[in-house]
Amino acid sequence: MTPTLLRSTLILGTAGLLAACGPQPAETPAGTTPAPTAGIDVTGAGASFVFPLISQWSSEYAQATGNRVNYQSIGSGGGIAQAKAGTIHFGSTDAPLTPDVLAEARLGQFPSVIGGVVPVVNIEGIAPNQLRLTGPLLAEIYLGRVTTWNDPAIVAINPGLTLPETAIKVVYRSDGSGTTFNFVHYLGQISPAWAETVGPAATSVRWPTGIGGRGNEGVAAYTQQLTGSIGYVELSYALLNNLTTVSLQNATGYWVEPSIASFQAAAASADWANAEDFHLLITNAPGAEAWPIAATNFILVSKVPNDPVRARAALDFFRWAYENGDARAKELGYVPLPEDVVALIKTYWEANFTF
Amino acid sequence: MAVSAEHLDRLARGDARADRMFRWSVAAAGFFVLIGLVGAAVTMAWGGREAFATFGFGFLTSDHWDPGNLVFGGLAPIVGTLITAGIALLIAVPVSFGIAIFLTEVAPSWLRNPVGTAIELLAGIPSIIYGMWGLFILVPFLAEHVYPTLSQTVSQWPIIGPWFDGPPIGIGMLTAGIVLSIMIIPFIASVMREVFLTVPNRLKESAYALGSTTFEVVWNIVLPYTRSAVIGGIFLGLGRALGETMAVTFVLGNANRLANLLEPSSSIAATIANEFGEAFADLHRSSLLALGFVLFMVTFVVLSIAKLMLMSLHRREGN
Repeated sequence: MTPTLLRSTLILGTAGLLAACGPQPAETPAGTTPAPTAGIDVTGAGASFVFPLISQWSSEYAQATGNRVNYQSIGSGGGIAQAKAGTIHFGSTDAPLTPDVLAEARLGQFPSVIGGVVPVVNIEGIAPNQLRLTGPLLAEIYLGRVTTWNDPAIVAINPGLTLPETAIKVVYRSDGSGTTFNFVHYLGQISPAWAETVGPAATSVRWPTGIGGRGNEGVAAYTQQLTGSIGYVELSYALLNNLTTVSLQNATGYWVEPSIASFQAAAASADWANAEDFHLLITNAPGAEAWPIAATNFILVSKVPNDPVRARAALDFFRWAYENGDARAKELGYVPLPEDVVALIKTYWEANFTF
Repeated sequence: MAVSAEHLDRLARGDARADRMFRWSVAAAGFFVLIGLVGAAVTMAWGGREAFATFGFGFLTSDHWDPGNLVFGGLAPIVGTLITAGIALLIAVPVSFGIAIFLTEVAPSWLRNPVGTAIELLAGIPSIIYGMWGLFILVPFLAEHVYPTLSQTVSQWPIIGPWFDGPPIGIGMLTAGIVLSIMIIPFIASVMREVFLTVPNRLKESAYALGSTTFEVVWNIVLPYTRSAVIGGIFLGLGRALGETMAVTFVLGNANRLANLLEPSSSIAATIANEFGEAFADLHRSSLLALGFVLFMVTFVVLSIAKLMLMSLHRREGN
């Protein structure tokens, strides 16, 4: 071999050997995994619904324990897919999986926090919660049958407001979304026309009209940009971006504004004890003060994880959040789970997560 | 000191070996391109076989895209891709041509470098910046000042009227085409400019000496001389326009329906980017891969048309 070729082979070979002899992954002992030590990195992904909250929680958790939780907001559909594929340590979805799907994918599911899907509008001269819409009217707007803001149906229930002749620009989620799932589930419950035209609730549906934004962030951006638009986002996005929220008429017939109190009223009627794998939807809840489109966010963790240490660390993050994260949740517009539900969750962990 | 014959022999053999290795590594790079191309096409065709088997030709002709009920018809993204790329080319080619001619024939020499550098900087801007600019600046401007007039006046015209008959939202295929055209102008303009500079000065000066105007020189001397490279540059821009994802997703509206120019629609790249992350149903994933294969075929067909066009022009010239 020529001298230069020999030299380059030696250099490459040594580099390769050094890379191969790098640090090996720690071997976990058989049996129960020990409590996580400081400095563990946990990766989660899924619903943009809870992204503002989880990112706050994770920075406080890192300060408290030194473990870092990295959460990617890719939509509930993405969270479900990645949790099934085992590429993340926990997934997050607002569209709960049914017990048979969970059994097949060997995932455990438990709720993290409750929030609400809130319609937001961009109409000149309308302040937050001033505009009132009924569920069926919302469905008609999203079906494309009510096309201007001064339509008689809208004017009839808003006698005190001057509504412009602007065309209604419908905004929906273009990616697979649990926010969409809960919104569409609610529309299907209160509008037979919607159920027939669009079909059953899913994270991605065939919207009759409108434009699609990517993530809660995308819908918020479009609603801010286009005058006369209506979209649906989680309450914290409406608060953080100063969007104009809408009052809805709930199942009992009262007009309610979106707030932690109305979400809590909706969650009060939820029967978690009898929901297998916590599979429960709380839209169109009964109660005088209940918000009609309340939604729960669920966390998916594998029952047979590739990395038990990090999976255990993910559960530890949520235990910390249940104990210390309530104030931050309320600040951002979410409803923390009541104590009895947290107790049910911890029993579920002991029964299902035996790694 | 005399050099021995064996020493010279050894040097010659070493040279031959080095030459052979150089040729092999360069050939390997070339084959790598071919393998990559064929591999990409075969992977997408293989991944999309389930969608083609289930929906058959209807996959290309139906615009019913329903991920919830697992019914996929890709007509809307395909048409959206073709129309936005077509609009982009329609705007970009004359403008790039003008820029290239300006930089090579018309501009004073002190202006050529700054403008040339500015064009190249445009090429370096990330596409998501174009998308944000489009959404926050261009869309409100068009929605307020341009589209209302367009949708009122042009929609009354006989043949192209229905294409402009939509609500002036600002988000739609025309806006996406405009943003795309701005993105591909730098590519086409720099290729054209490089190539126009290679035209021998003798040819141009002879034409000027015979009394031709600048336009006649450009149209009859410069363009025919650089024809294949200009078409190559145009198709480089077209390739970028067909595949552009982020900028289009911002301003096209992600509405998976057939629409006219002022209404939101969808493109293949935007659909794949939006839905691939959560397409865990086999048929859904297969349909997205099938859409990718269709895009691949569209690019292939367009390039073949360009090559055939060039071949026929060469034949007419007697080459």
